[in-house]
Parts: sequence; C-alpha cells; structure tokens
Amino acid sequence: MNTKVATTSTRRTLFRISRKSGESNLHGYLFISPWLIGFLLLTLWPIAQSFYLSFTDYSLLASPVWTGMDNYKRMFFDDADFVQSLKVTFTFVLVSVPLKLFFSLMVAQLLSKSMKGMSLYRTMVYFPSLIGGSIAVSILWRNMFGVDGYINKVLAVFGIEGRGWISDPDSALWTLILLNVWQFGSTMVIFLAGLKQIPQELYESASVDGAARWRKFYHITLPMLSPVMFFNLVLGVIGSFQMFTAALIVTRGGPMHATYTYALFLFEKAFKHFQMGYASALAWVLLLMVALITVLNFYVSRFWVFYETDGGGRK
Amino acid sequence: MNALRPRWSRHLALIVFSLLMVYPIIWWLGASLKTAPEMNLPTIWPSTPIWENYSAGWDFSPSPHTFAHFYANTLLMEVGNVIGGVVTAAIVAFGFARLKFKFRGFWFSILLMTLMLPGQVTIVPQYILFNRFEFTDSYVPLILPHFFGGGAFFIFLLVQFIRGIPKDLDEAATIDGASVYGIFLRIIFPLIKPALVTVAIFTFIWSWDDFFSQVLYLSSVDKFTVGLALRMYIDQFEVQWGQMLAMALLSVLPSAVIFFLAQKHFVEGIATTGIKG
Repeated sequence: MNTKVATTSTRRTLFRISRKSGESNLHGYLFISPWLIGFLLLTLWPIAQSFYLSFTDYSLLASPVWTGMDNYKRMFFDDADFVQSLKVTFTFVLVSVPLKLFFSLMVAQLLSKSMKGMSLYRTMVYFPSLIGGSIAVSILWRNMFGVDGYINKVLAVFGIEGRGWISDPDSALWTLILLNVWQFGSTMVIFLAGLKQIPQELYESASVDGAARWRKFYHITLPMLSPVMFFNLVLGVIGSFQMFTAALIVTRGGPMHATYTYALFLFEKAFKHFQMGYASALAWVLLLMVALITVLNFYVSRFWVFYETDGGGRK
Repeated sequence: MNALRPRWSRHLALIVFSLLMVYPIIWWLGASLKTAPEMNLPTIWPSTPIWENYSAGWDFSPSPHTFAHFYANTLLMEVGNVIGGVVTAAIVAFGFARLKFKFRGFWFSILLMTLMLPGQVTIVPQYILFNRFEFTDSYVPLILPHFFGGGAFFIFLLVQFIRGIPKDLDEAATIDGASVYGIFLRIIFPLIKPALVTVAIFTFIWSWDDFFSQVLYLSSVDKFTVGLALRMYIDQFEVQWGQMLAMALLSVLPSAVIFFLAQKHFVEGIATTGIKG
C-alpha cells in the first residue's frame, strides 16, 4: 500500500518535472531568441556566405561567378598590397599590444591606492580613451603630427628639427601606434578591477617576511593578475588586427602604403573597388589568422597564467 | 615623515602623468580658438580667442545643413541603439543566467566566441544582405543589430551581474505564484538597473564612435552623423583647421558629459564582469 502511494507520487513528480523542463526549454529559448536570431542572421549566415563568396568574382551588380581558388592565389602570389598590409598590421599588433599592456599595468598600479584626488587622476588618465575611437581624435592627431604641426613647433623650441611625422613612411605607422597606446584607458580599468581583487593579506604576510616592493610585485601581483593580463592580451590582439578609423583619417593608409592596415585594405577592396569576392577571401584569411593566434594564446597561457583553483602556486 | 614621502612622490608622478595625458586635449581646446596663422605656433592659448570658429563651424558652409541637423541624426540613431541594446540584452541575459534549457552551455560558449570574432569577417555579407533589402543609406543597418541582444559583451556583463543576485528571491516569488516573466519583470529587471545604466552608456559611446558602420551604410549628406560630417571637413580643398578642431571638440562632448555624470558606473560595470578568471 505504501509502495503504491510512493510510486504514484513519484510518477506525478516525474511528470511534473518533465512537463516543467519542456516548458522551461520553451521559456529559455524564448528569452534568448533575440540573440539567437541575430546570431544566425547576422553572424553565422554571413560567415558561411562569405566562405562561398571567397571562391567567386562578385561585384554586387552581377551574380557571383565561381572562380575556384583564384582569389586566394591572387592574394598570396600576386598582390603586393596584401603582403604590405600584413606587414603593417603585424608590426602594429606586435608593437602596440605589449606597449599598451605595459603602460596600463604601470598606471593601474599607480592608481590603485586609495588616496585623495585619485578619482580626478583616474578621470584625466581615462579621458583620452573615452573619446579615443572617434574620428575627432584622428583629426586632432593629423593636425598635431603634420609637417607644420604642433609637435614640430615644440621640438623646434628645443632646437630639434622635426619631420613630417605623417608624411614620412618611416614614422607614419609610429604616430598611429602612439595614438593607440595613448588610449590605454579601458585596458587600464580592467587591470584596476583585477588589482582590487587581490587579497591584501598576501601583501601583508609578504611584508612580514620582509619582501621588497619589486619582489611583491613579481611574486604576488603578476601571478594574481595573470588571468586579467591574459584577457587584455587576447582582446588587445584581436582589436589591433582591426585598426581602421585612424588609418583612414590620420594617414589614409599612406604614405606609400606605410599605414595600409589589413582592415583598411579589406574595406577598400569591398566598398571602393567592389570586389566582394576578393574581400570575402580576405575576411576569411583574417578570421583564420585571428583564430590561430587566439588558439596559440590560449595554449601558451597554460604556461604563464595562474588560476587560484589550480591549488599549487607558480614559483 | 617616512610614511609621507612615498605619498608625495606618488602624487607628483600622478600629476605629471595626468597632465601629459590630457595635454593634447588642452592644446586642442586652445587650437580650436586660434586663427589659421596662429595654429602652428608652439603656444597653447591664442592671443585673442576666435569664437567664430565655433559659430562658422556649426553653420558648416560646404553643406546645406548646420551641425544641428547632424546632431539630431546621430541622436535619433542613438535612441534606437540604446533602447534596443538595453531591453534585449536584459531579456537574453536573464534567459542565460536563470533559465534551464537544452544546450544552454553550448549557446553560451558560442556567445563568448562571438566576442572574439573580428567585425570585418561578417561585414561584406551583412552589407550584401542589407543592400538586398534596400536598407543601405538608412539607419536600419546601424540600429537593427542592437535589437538582437545588444552585443555579446553586454549580454555577458549582465549574465555575470544576474548571477550575483541571490536565487532565494526568485524562489520566493515562484512560491507566491509568479511566472518566469513575472520574475524577470518584477524582480530581476529592477535589480539590474545599475548594470543596465552601464550598458546604456557604453552603447551610446561606442555607437557614437562606430565610424566604420556609419561610413559604410550612410551615403547621402542628408542622413550624415556628426562623425561623417566631420570627415567632410577633411575632404575640403582647403582645410579650415580652426573650425574643424572646434567641431571635433564639440563632437566628443556628449560622451564626455555622460562619462563624468556616470563615472562610477564605468569601473563598477567592468568589475562586475568578474573577468578575474
């Protein structure tokens, strides 16, 4: 008798659970549907379509014509602009990402202590990044680093002869790198949030042991901050690969394609020359490059990123 | 004495550094009030400020419109973006953070992967798509994407935020007979307001600065945003630097004002993503 009651009630609960989980599937998918539809429509479908288009010749006016591997062959064997844009982009990424990480970490260290006036300092340091991506700052840069620009006039005061920073192929890319590093604010804020989560006891016990400041930095701050560092590194690399506005406005990709970034190259192929097929192939190569570097980053991270849950410390 | 010294050196370092950082902006302010010949002198401030740079710049001779028109355009776009982003990001984030459904983990990891997807990869087919529906040269391609969850970053940020809210609240409401919609509308939505402010601010600033999409989709001067109007200055035969710098400075003002009003939200908003690992 008892068992019978038990089974019916169990069955009833089971029924309720299964009905509930069916219902909650529905609710769940209903709630995420805006994102899901957007993902399928504006991300997955475009990626698939650009894969197809990358094997075609397509000018937007006529239908795509299948050309097999021609776009890829042209890219790797027959397009000096492609090679140049890779060179520019890799230089930009390799120089500006580490510089930006280094500066933001140093500044975050400076700004992490609570003392009077700190919020003012933070605001001032963050301000350039706030307005950073806008075309306005690119205009400012173009003026400041021009031949008759402000930078040269100031240098002249000190008796240093300036140069056309933007018109000289040797220095043009460096003005863009400087612009990028100047806007280290959001990277810095993320470091700042990370620094605040390091337990103070670690520093206190290190002080008791008589550890010097740089030792504390090296043995506590760096390992504890390494997940944040990794996050900034991954996003910094991906972001730098897409450098566009400054290259378009400050230097227009010139002089002599010295600042012809990959994103600008792709944009011009697609929307100036209307070579949609070729641009799609470029987009796919970009996707593969970024994916490869990100995977590499994740792989290498095992050797330097420290997670507390690992249990052991990194010596 | 000893305890004071590092403090002072820190203050000194911070003052020097902050000034170095904002120096270009101070120069910018001065330059926007200079005459053309004065522009290239190594002085920071003009001898007599030329306020006409602002009024003439605002009227903007090469176009039939004044900057008021371009600001109205940009704000129109921003209203759509912010509403779309805030509302749909909250809905999607609630689904991921609180509801159990099949393949939730799978979809969430896809969402995180799209965070790392370079925008240029999808831009060509997206353009073709919008072009096919004749949405190019309209605000649809700029606004519509924000209605699909407002971007992976914001969904992620809100999911982290909702996860920090005790589940007891939901359970108590369930016992009182609230549906999932009731829980979302009456409990979670009011509680995540601070995070939604962060989403709204970031959406506003990022859309304002998203020059790439604007230059891509808007082609008639009539519909230009502030950023695109600024670009017309550069394309003139003889660049009016004073006017251009004045208008460029005005164009960053909305973002700056919002930033100062809601400064606290920035650091908090990022801290709540808990990206510590």
